Amino acid sequence: MSEQAKGYTSTELLACVASRLLENKKSVLVGTGLPMIAALLAQRNHAQGLLIIFEAGGIGPRVPVLPISVGDSRTFYQAAAASSMHDVMSACQAGYVDYGFLGAAMIDQYGNINTTVIGDWEHPTVRLPGSGGGNDIGSLCHRTIVLIRQDKRRFVERVDFITTPGYLDGPGARERAGLPEDTGPYRVITQLGVYGFDELTKRMKLLAVHPGVTLDDIYSGSSFEILIPEMVETTEPPTEEECRMLHEIDPAGMVLGK
Amino acid sequence: MTMEIIQEGSGELIGWHDPDENRQWVRENKPRDLRDKRISVAEAVEKYVHDGDFIAFGGFGHIRIPMALVYEIIRQRKQNLVMAGKTGVHDIDLLIGAGCVAKVEVAYAFGHELRGLSPAGRRAVESGQCKVAAEISNAGYQWRFLAGMMGIPFIPSRNMLGTDTLKRSACKVATDPWSGKPVCLIPAAYPDVAMFHVPRCDKYGNTQIDGIIVEDFELARAARRVIITAEEVVDEEVIRKEPCRTVIPFYVVDAVIEVPYGAHPTLMPYLYFFDEEHIGEWLELSKTPQGVQAYFSKYIFGVSGFEEYLELVGGIRKFNYLKRVEKMKAPVCAPWLKSK
Repeated sequence: MSEQAKGYTSTELLACVASRLLENKKSVLVGTGLPMIAALLAQRNHAQGLLIIFEAGGIGPRVPVLPISVGDSRTFYQAAAASSMHDVMSACQAGYVDYGFLGAAMIDQYGNINTTVIGDWEHPTVRLPGSGGGNDIGSLCHRTIVLIRQDKRRFVERVDFITTPGYLDGPGARERAGLPEDTGPYRVITQLGVYGFDELTKRMKLLAVHPGVTLDDIYSGSSFEILIPEMVETTEPPTEEECRMLHEIDPAGMVLGK
Repeated sequence: MTMEIIQEGSGELIGWHDPDENRQWVRENKPRDLRDKRISVAEAVEKYVHDGDFIAFGGFGHIRIPMALVYEIIRQRKQNLVMAGKTGVHDIDLLIGAGCVAKVEVAYAFGHELRGLSPAGRRAVESGQCKVAAEISNAGYQWRFLAGMMGIPFIPSRNMLGTDTLKRSACKVATDPWSGKPVCLIPAAYPDVAMFHVPRCDKYGNTQIDGIIVEDFELARAARRVIITAEEVVDEEVIRKEPCRTVIPFYVVDAVIEVPYGAHPTLMPYLYFFDEEHIGEWLELSKTPQGVQAYFSKYIFGVSGFEEYLELVGGIRKFNYLKRVEKMKAPVCAPWLKSK
């Protein structure tokens, strides 16, 4: 590993931590923004054999530079296939896609995601865009990784609207609802730390904090009680090399900022 | 085992027909012979887009959207349209801003992806001026079209289960008679009109698409009426030389119009990139209702047609630049990047 970066932003940290979760020789369906940049970093770094898939039909591209949309031409540049949404979503449903990689507006203790509405559905305070491919990715990929900025308004006891399924209301609920077996949220990554889900209760559990983050920061960044195990690791900060690669992927600063 | 219905979404069922009724409609209305379908943009919208219709656009988000048709719908002041928010971004935002849309079935709408939320779309939906008829997901929407093109009433799937997306959708949940597990039943959708922008087709409507086809294959076959705008209307022999490239066959197409740069300001794969400057102008102006009117006065009501619009947005210089960006020979510049 190259030298630790001297200064880094929370966005760079999020992207690096997320990218390290992706394993070589696995497949991942990525959403717009941070998930995209994290997957591209993984591919340039430790996971050159990572199969990146985009919901609008891009399969296994050699992505030259960060796409603006999951459908723009960069998502099928020198790809294995420029296909269709039916093809890609069917591949997810049939079990070909290991990881789904999502952003979110709000999340609850069971990893349920809201990207549809804040407030009442019929009379919304804020209308958000809706599921897009989010529900499909969270329903059909083997494991879901969620990237979200954490604070009390975003980490809520119950989301106003379950757009994308986490563990719904607890153990066994996904299977009872008919979702594919052995699927669901695997990791949640925020600017404060990395979370997993408790085997027994399916509630969110802290796995690691980022450098300089205290447990108090974790508590005050959530409206629900996060399970804290005895052992909490500290994540490795981004390296100079990772930061350099990130800015090579996003030279315009679309996600990373200037 | 019986196929028991265990849950029903409360969303409004948009664009569904009994499959026999739709077969009959197709039998009576869709000609099987090769005929020249070339007309003008204005004629196509007059003839095939009616007030109250359920409409859908091909492409995805800001990619390959038939913008000349979007502008013409606004110019002709169509009303009470019901729109498929099958990741509808720029098209739906403009049409809602223009007051053409009464209802949306939403997989994705009211946002511009990385560029932020839609000021115009959100204003309309949060004030109740535009209604959300039902929720669905992207996969769910294109599977509605898949069931439509197959001529079946619904298709089973395993997404949306257990969520509020399903509760507010027009889908149902039943017990699968084979596995005994709950499955989502997604109803077929037959839009009244689907509109596409493509790189090339012939005068009969045989269409090739370069790059991802998103859900255009299914949508074109499910829709009752299909309007195609193309960068180029090519000789029939171009199609017949490589028949494996035909994504949309002539018999589902009703109208063909040659509209070079017809996707502007959205991206046309291999040809021109998003016009971020223009999209940024809309996002800025649409922050207020007055701004929305100013945009439409300038770019739609203030021009004689699409050719004059192309000159107004920067003409040949602009398109040479967008071509270079698409081919990665020039960097992306975007007003929205300044706020990042």
